[in-house]
Amino acid sequence: MANVLINVPKTARRGEVIEIKAMILHPMETGFRPGTSGRIIPRNIIERFTATWNGTEVFSMAMSPAIAANPFVSFFAVARESGTIALRWTGDEGFAVEERVAITVA
Amino acid sequence: MKAARAVLGLVALFAATWAAAQGTLETRRSGYQDMGPALRQMQDDDTANPGMLFVQLGDQAWSRPAGTSGKSCADCHGAVAGMKGVAARYPAIPPGADKPVDLGGRINLCRTGRQQAEPWPAENRDLLALEALVALQSRGEPIAPPADPRLAPFRERGAEIYRRRQGQLNLSCAICHDDNAGKQLAGVVIPQAHPTGYPIYRLEWQTLGSLKRRLRNCLVGVRADAWPLDAMEYVELETYLMDRARGMKIESPAVRP
Repeated sequence: MANVLINVPKTARRGEVIEIKAMILHPMETGFRPGTSGRIIPRNIIERFTATWNGTEVFSMAMSPAIAANPFVSFFAVARESGTIALRWTGDEGFAVEERVAITVA
Repeated sequence: MKAARAVLGLVALFAATWAAAQGTLETRRSGYQDMGPALRQMQDDDTANPGMLFVQLGDQAWSRPAGTSGKSCADCHGAVAGMKGVAARYPAIPPGADKPVDLGGRINLCRTGRQQAEPWPAENRDLLALEALVALQSRGEPIAPPADPRLAPFRERGAEIYRRRQGQLNLSCAICHDDNAGKQLAGVVIPQAHPTGYPIYRLEWQTLGSLKRRLRNCLVGVRADAWPLDAMEYVELETYLMDRARGMKIESPAVRP
């Protein structure tokens, strides 16, 4: 069960620039730190975040080990049509989470 | 015009004197007030406050059965909204006990006593998540330690610890947080140490942590030996600190640098 907080307006005017904010629970383990046993804790980060609006990619980013735990992403998009915004996080150890939010554009 | 201004000035002076006489001039500051606008905004926005991720976890744990009793928190307590005000009055002495416990300790008592489950170790994520969920219900409530007279000796010991010099740096809590609060220690403002927002999401930790963890940070900071995790000193100090912050508003889960 993924723990995600998403902040997207429920409605927008056509052509309006809206802000989409999303945060996900993730340790973003760098792969450089030794654990209590002295051995390096294997890297476990989110590698990629993408946002699609009715299937069309509107934003994507690659993440690096330097990004803190529980990464918070904020970006802007132009509201063109009603539909679904899908946010997808993928990363190490088979991490894959997708969350969808509906938006009405009038 | 001049007369009007003089009258206004007199009224203001009277109001200030009256407020001071009533003891309503608040000089205590939450650590929130010493943060920059970016961090305040982060704490205030429930979709940007990482502590709320843990509240979500706590929400899931609230209704998940645990232990051999197969009971969840919700089976006894009902909706979590009923826990309003609870975090504002801990540490308290639970029924049948003779020592106070903090909120996390109380949750563990429920686990061992009611749920017949293993207690969670200190700083366990589920424990912190439940603490955050319960503390969130008291957000905006004034800190209100119980009037239980049995708490007095624990509070006094806490006050004594607060003023006791410790560690190789030979500093007491009071030297920083009373005498030098508001000044800077390296790049950060020394807060007055009011535990208004625990458990806190500390950016340095990149996770949620308890007051106990914060106190251990300070102990290590003055090069003292941190007490063992189950030491009574933490609860005594918290009992004193909560009394010292009496009436201040709970802001859990707070964000701190």
